Amino acid sequence: MSGLAPADPGPDRALVLEGIGLRLGGRSLVEGLDLTVPPGEVVTLMGPSGVGKSSLLDFVCGTLDPAFEASGRVRLAGRELTGLPPERRAVGILFQDDLLFPHLSVAENLAFGIPPSVRGRRRRRARVAEALAEAGLAGFESRDPATLSGGQRARVALFRTLLAEPRALLLDEPFGKLDVALRDRVRRFVFDHARARALPTLLVTHDPADARAAGGPRVELSTPGMQQFG
Amino acid sequence: MGATLRRLSEPARPAAGAPALRLPGTGDWTRPVPALTLTLFLLPIGAGLLGTLLPAFGWLPALGGRALGLGPWRALFAEPGLGRAVLVSLVSGVGGSVAALAVVVLFCAGCHRSRLFRRLRVVLAPLLAVPHAAVAIGLAFLIAPSGLLARLVSPWATGWTLPPDVAMVNDPWGLALGLGLAVKELPFLLLMTFGALGQVQAAQRLRTARALGYGPATAWLKTVLPAVWPLVRLPFYAVLAYSLSVVDMAIILGPSTPPSLAVLVVRWFYDPDLSLRFVAAAGALLQLALVAGAIGLAALAERLAARLGRRWLAGGGRGGGGRAADLAGRTAALGALGLGLASLLGIALWSVAWRWRYPEALPSVWSAQTWLRHLDALLPTTAVTFGLGLAATLVALALVVGCLEREQRGGRRPGRGALWLLYLPLLVPQVAFLFGVQVLAVRLGLDGGWLALVWSHLLFVLPYVFLALAEPYRALDPRFGRAARCLGAGPDRMLWRIRLPMLLRPLAFAAAVGFAVSVGQYLPTLFAGGGRVATLTTEAVALSAGGDRRVLAVYAFLQTLLPLLAFLAALALPAWRHRRRRGLRLPS
Repeated sequence: MSGLAPADPGPDRALVLEGIGLRLGGRSLVEGLDLTVPPGEVVTLMGPSGVGKSSLLDFVCGTLDPAFEASGRVRLAGRELTGLPPERRAVGILFQDDLLFPHLSVAENLAFGIPPSVRGRRRRRARVAEALAEAGLAGFESRDPATLSGGQRARVALFRTLLAEPRALLLDEPFGKLDVALRDRVRRFVFDHARARALPTLLVTHDPADARAAGGPRVELSTPGMQQFG
Repeated sequence: MGATLRRLSEPARPAAGAPALRLPGTGDWTRPVPALTLTLFLLPIGAGLLGTLLPAFGWLPALGGRALGLGPWRALFAEPGLGRAVLVSLVSGVGGSVAALAVVVLFCAGCHRSRLFRRLRVVLAPLLAVPHAAVAIGLAFLIAPSGLLARLVSPWATGWTLPPDVAMVNDPWGLALGLGLAVKELPFLLLMTFGALGQVQAAQRLRTARALGYGPATAWLKTVLPAVWPLVRLPFYAVLAYSLSVVDMAIILGPSTPPSLAVLVVRWFYDPDLSLRFVAAAGALLQLALVAGAIGLAALAERLAARLGRRWLAGGGRGGGGRAADLAGRTAALGALGLGLASLLGIALWSVAWRWRYPEALPSVWSAQTWLRHLDALLPTTAVTFGLGLAATLVALALVVGCLEREQRGGRRPGRGALWLLYLPLLVPQVAFLFGVQVLAVRLGLDGGWLALVWSHLLFVLPYVFLALAEPYRALDPRFGRAARCLGAGPDRMLWRIRLPMLLRPLAFAAAVGFAVSVGQYLPTLFAGGGRVATLTTEAVALSAGGDRRVLAVYAFLQTLLPLLAFLAALALPAWRHRRRRGLRLPS
């Protein structure tokens, strides 16, 4: 596959979290979290459900529910993200469900992610075709996402996110719902593409196998003030 | 690369200079929408009530009323037949709405296990779409002494060769009106109850109670009803308020000397003797008091029922196998819904009947003559009805989507108080504020214009559109929106490209509901149109006093057809748009 050569892991392209605190209804979920995710590396955040792993990702990509009180700063490639609306952060995210838009075709789903700076119908279409070819789904343009298999959907979801040209990737247990045989393949596929694009990648999971496959550093998130290393 | 990870134990500190993490507010068009909606709502109702209140105490400078006093009230209570009119309102209004509620409870308690229970949903929406006036006209065709029912059993069973001289319609106590109200309100109450059942885990409650040895009907009454009632309370109050103050159905089915209070008030408003306007205003306030009193009594009855019910619940009686309740519920619900459907059939028959002598069960000569002869009047009237419905529905949809979207972006849901506000136009009797609205409209030179018409319809269309859309809008998985935002879509692009297309089905349904509500409006059209704007509904009500059933049937038929077509379109459009999208198909 083309484009898998490791890109320049310049430290200035890292995703940096500084002193992150999250509170909901007076209860503190995360306190004083500092984290640097270097480009091309997958950092795994682990912890039991309810400790605020997903909320942390929401905070990073700017979609945190306003009911939360949040503090701390997020920087990406030297740019301050805190306070920016999600669409201007260039942070891609994959959820546990692929969340392909059910009213759009596969091609329309992918094209939704392509930035408007790519002008012209032909050029946008070519981008979609390239992405589908890279995902091993050439010719799938007009398909209804509901007719795809789980693995195919996961690949479309990944490429939709990558086509938006993110500078960092967040993974919110994206392999949790895939069956075991598929999980390993999809996992490798996602990690390989993230590394190939030198994306700082933050993975949230409670599956230790995910963390092992990610190969990067691991952070254990538990009750506030007790973050440990894994 | 573990070195890149640092752990600091210092407490969280606010980001220096970073704004609070709210989704961006600049240029967000949804921000003023809730306030705008409330203003559009409260302004006419408040001003209208004031415009009724002042004349009721003698203040209406345009007609020379410049001294406050109790004169109008004295005149009101001196009106002959006032007491009887109030009684007719109570008998028909309270009787009709309580009957509808009783059928709902009986049906749900008795038949919640049956297939009928699940299937009924399908017929409820179209029945809901039929305007009140059309139901009344159809019911009159059905139960009048010369109606379909009498014809079906005459002369072979009854010996009648002439219609018997019994007041089956326009009876002096308003019983026919009560029946009509029960038939018309039943689908609405059932639909609201079905919606509520989904929110209270009814199945789980029933399983638990059944496992403890309770019979099905008793289990429903003891474990589901107490949970469902708080969600059905407001809709029931709306039904009660509407039934007590209905005008169009009361003109068609109710008595005429004296009529129910609301009809009497409208008569006074339109009396050539302008001094009666003061009496009308006082009467409108009496109507308001009647509704407020009835709702207060209902709340009191509810407390009493709750107290007795607690004792009954704690008594531990298990109840029987539920066969009797099943049969009773089935009979009542199917009977009432059957009456509704048969009414529509009668309308269709009469609209194409040319010769139909008593006691023939079917017309002897069929013809499209009635349609063709009135085409010149039908077309513009239909166009006005359609245009008005479309305009009010589109404005309502825009406002409701704005409010619901604001809720999503602000991350805050309105409390129960907002729901009461939403129901306000449905709880306050129309006659109590529409008169004031008209006075205001005349003042501002808006009466009879489209602005006044659309606005007045909006007051009643908007609550229903909101009720139809709120649940699906809030239930849409918020992660789709988040995914879209993280793909680089701004809040508006996300709304237009993702959220609204995904909600096409409920949007279309809400639009159909709103359109149907607008088509059915009688009093708002009459008042805001200054009596000069004719819709299918105002024409049908006006014709109901005359003799020709065929013409009346044509108008009633069209009046029913328009909303039904809207519902068909609401089914067809999403089905066609999503024909190649399996993920959006209805689970069948």
